[in-house]
Amino acid sequence: MTTFSFEVLVSLKPGLADPQGKAVEASLPTLGWTNVSQVRVGKHVTLDVDASSEAEALAQVQAMATRLLSNPVIEDVRVLQGSAG
Amino acid sequence: MSDPPLHRRLGLQDDEYERIVATLGRTPNHTELAMYSVMWSEHCSYKSSKVHLRTLPTEGPAVLVGPGQDAGVVDLGDGVAAVFKMESHSHPSAIEPYQGAATGVGGIVRDIVSMGARPVALMDPLMFGPLDEERNRWLFGGVVAGIGGYGNCIGVPTVGGELRFADAHTANPTVNVLCLGFADVDRLVTAGSGSPGPGSLMLLYGASTGRDGIGGVSVLASATLEEGSDDSRPSVQIGDPFAEKLLIEASLAMVEAGLLEGLQDLGGAGLTCALSESAARAGLGAQVDLDAVPRREDGMEPFEVLISESQERMLAIVDPAHLDEVRAVCDRWGLPSAVVAELVEGGGLMVRAGGSIVAEVPARSLADDGPEYERPAEAPPGDDVEDPTFLPFEKDLADAFVTVLTSPNVASNRWAFEQYDRFVQGNTVAGPGQDAAVVRVPGSLKGVALSTDGKGRYGRLDPYLGAVHAVAEAARNVSVSGARPLAITNCLNFGNPERPVVMWQFAETIRGMRDACLAFGTPVTGGNVSFYNESGDSAIDPTPVIGMLGLLEDHRLRVPSAFPAGGLSVYLVGDTFPELGGSEFAEVVLGIVAGAPPAVELTAEVALQGFLVAAAGETLLSSAHDCGDGGLAVTLAECAIGSGHGFAVTLASDLPTHVALFSESAARAVVSVDPTGEDRLVQLAGDHGVPLLRLGETGGPRAVVDGHLDLTVAELTDAWEGAFPRLLGERA
Amino acid sequence: MPDAPRVGVVTFPGSLDDRDAMRAVATMGGEAVSLWHAEPDLRDVDAVVLPGGFSYGDYLRCGAIAARAPIMGSVIAFAGRGGPVLGICNGFQILCEAGLLPGALIRNRSLRFVCREVWLRVESSGTVVTRGLVPGEVLQVPVKHGEGQWVATDEQLARVEDDGLVAFRYSSSDGILDDEHNPNGATNHVAGIRNPAGNVVGLMPHPEHAVDPDVGPTGGQPLLASLLEAALAGAPA
Repeated sequence: MTTFSFEVLVSLKPGLADPQGKAVEASLPTLGWTNVSQVRVGKHVTLDVDASSEAEALAQVQAMATRLLSNPVIEDVRVLQGSAG
Repeated sequence: MSDPPLHRRLGLQDDEYERIVATLGRTPNHTELAMYSVMWSEHCSYKSSKVHLRTLPTEGPAVLVGPGQDAGVVDLGDGVAAVFKMESHSHPSAIEPYQGAATGVGGIVRDIVSMGARPVALMDPLMFGPLDEERNRWLFGGVVAGIGGYGNCIGVPTVGGELRFADAHTANPTVNVLCLGFADVDRLVTAGSGSPGPGSLMLLYGASTGRDGIGGVSVLASATLEEGSDDSRPSVQIGDPFAEKLLIEASLAMVEAGLLEGLQDLGGAGLTCALSESAARAGLGAQVDLDAVPRREDGMEPFEVLISESQERMLAIVDPAHLDEVRAVCDRWGLPSAVVAELVEGGGLMVRAGGSIVAEVPARSLADDGPEYERPAEAPPGDDVEDPTFLPFEKDLADAFVTVLTSPNVASNRWAFEQYDRFVQGNTVAGPGQDAAVVRVPGSLKGVALSTDGKGRYGRLDPYLGAVHAVAEAARNVSVSGARPLAITNCLNFGNPERPVVMWQFAETIRGMRDACLAFGTPVTGGNVSFYNESGDSAIDPTPVIGMLGLLEDHRLRVPSAFPAGGLSVYLVGDTFPELGGSEFAEVVLGIVAGAPPAVELTAEVALQGFLVAAAGETLLSSAHDCGDGGLAVTLAECAIGSGHGFAVTLASDLPTHVALFSESAARAVVSVDPTGEDRLVQLAGDHGVPLLRLGETGGPRAVVDGHLDLTVAELTDAWEGAFPRLLGERA
Repeated sequence: MPDAPRVGVVTFPGSLDDRDAMRAVATMGGEAVSLWHAEPDLRDVDAVVLPGGFSYGDYLRCGAIAARAPIMGSVIAFAGRGGPVLGICNGFQILCEAGLLPGALIRNRSLRFVCREVWLRVESSGTVVTRGLVPGEVLQVPVKHGEGQWVATDEQLARVEDDGLVAFRYSSSDGILDDEHNPNGATNHVAGIRNPAGNVVGLMPHPEHAVDPDVGPTGGQPLLASLLEAALAGAPA
């Protein structure tokens, strides 16, 4: 068994309203940053998986990412591979 | 294989399409077809329910505005109006429970604001499948969090509601939300209050417009895009309660300053609905400049902008002389705004985009002249299942008592209601956990009492009685608190109206609601119909949820539910009959949902209401609690749990003990009274023709039904309070 | 008789309990003055209340955006001169984000919003809201928040405890500290924090909703009475 580390990025699907991103974007100009647009806020999940191979671990994380970590109705999810630890 | 014609894919019937062609005198283009398809949908046009809804009583001395506007309005006296309405957001909640419930709250709040009223309270009647299924727990947790997440963030207290669990809601949760608002009568924004004329401007303000909620109509997009393009238009909407809060404050500032000729929220059918209804109400038409609508996304087609259901938007009708002031209010609250239309003579809605006319239809034809159906209705064959009332019962009575008390339909709702802010605005006299919530009218001694009640299980067995019970229980809940019931709103939750059985359930429900409302003198001020709550062969039980509004002239005279002290005399008001059909006891102890629901004697209900209000007015009652689910046993237990004061009572009844304890006979309440007031109470009951039975006294740490039950109040409290945490696996 | 002290209540976009705080100030005999986030002018008030709510939706971090609003420069300067400043709930979060109070507020341990009446044990009488109160006294006040779990680094926590900067802790009605009576899992049961001078106090519970017995408990009365006294005195306790 080896431990593999992953990062999972969850973001709202393009086109869906993102109130968090909008509020952040609207407040940046008051601090002097006036050239910012397209702010969107998502979730960043890191996790370790014990598995016999990297491929097996990745498949599992991808399944977890769509079944629990995100709601496919409103969110996109991306799995980034880290390193074996 | 050929696709069905476009209008059918948009949900329009062939004869509806013919009607559009006849109205326009030509074939509609795609944009126009999209507009008709949303406005003539069941959701917007009430085409299956209208003929039935018309039979409901809608007028009364207290009613200022009845059905047909964004919300009903009741006169509270002294120049104050109560504005209230209930709506469902069940379908969106089944897909994404948090956002579905959250945007439901947002929608009903905007309905209240659009009448010029400040939203002051929310109530949430919710129904789910049993919590032993994981998906049901996910839906339940998500909906509750969504209601809290939105309601808490806009500063409107959630003061009550109810939780119900039944197999029929596993595939189709029912999420209803009621909002109450207060307004000065002379500041109400109603169809008749403003005077928009030709030249008045329509200002869209709030969130920008994206492709939210286009859902079914997105077939148009795919019809016009290349084949095979994987264009998944999201139909789930994301709520932005922060924007809603700004929208509330900005809108009310405009109303307060007298700047508006009209105000409309954007909900179902989006701009199409807001523009056509506003124009039709003014008896005018409108020139619409779609290019002026602020967009969140690039490349939106005109039909998408017209029917988008993007949240947190409002449409103000403004005299051009006031435009700058209105826009200054928007700016102060950081809300983008844009003039998107101008009212014009004639009744035509002319929509321009990109330099050309993309739609030209009569406003009235969209808003008022939708189809109307008298759909076939047919009663289902009757079941020949034995009435549980007369089955022998040999189990342990104390076990049965705890089983009923810990049923999620009966147990403490604290797990959910602690997730809602009930304090904000500082006027919550009585919040969750009381028979009725009571909200103080700011600056006065008056209080508005509210209760929401639905009786799905009774409705399944007999939809007529289910509706009568729902109205009766809501009225009883209001009157036990000492308030006089004034008027109702409702949310009617049903399956597919194209099935004759469902239509029969609906017709029976309306008949029951009508009879009860006429008997109680509580007209229907509006409401909402939610059809198509079914999937496969599983439909929800016919469930009218009634929102009853009552008035307490002095909120300090409110009667609490629980025994406030020891040494009080306990009375049962009303007669108990052998009625276990459809009861909580029959379902959770006997495992039977069958038989006839309890009968309802409307004159007995009226007498009980009159007695309770009179007794409260004379400050005779130390407590009063409605007898509902779980019967007398549960009522007594809740009176004790609520305060920690026990009781010792005797059952003077010819009925078998379990029937006397768990029968759900209507028109009953348990009251406690100081011994010095007993004579007067008896006299008052005689005057009102209400049966009164002395049960015993309050006091001590135990709950004792002589010879039958003897438990500590602490045990009962632990069972009742711990039920949800245990069901959700948070406590052993 | 001296004039009623002027207490400014700041409205940020998304503030919710601003009207309630103004009403509570008036009920207790003060003059409530409405202040607007975008205007740095404090209008000669004698004390400032940052009320509860969800300023800017609390979308980035609670209080983060409000802490950088134009009025906050004036509030920070006012606090620096010893002026009484009370942050309630979201106001507490704003004070922490603005660096006026140590620590931070994160999601409740239950991960759920919690609305209930709790008991507060007074820990320090040297603040603008606890004049006349004795440490160990308990008060009943509602909480209503989703992110009220106070946390701090080990270093900060040691300093806060060593310097007696805890103003209130969640307790039972008998003043006992236990998990059952800690509604959000706050470190060391912390419900409220003061600055060393005692003129800046933040707390998660809502004293403004505990003034009128018709609609809640009354444990907020002595806190607001103390704030009015401090405002009148024109200097911290």
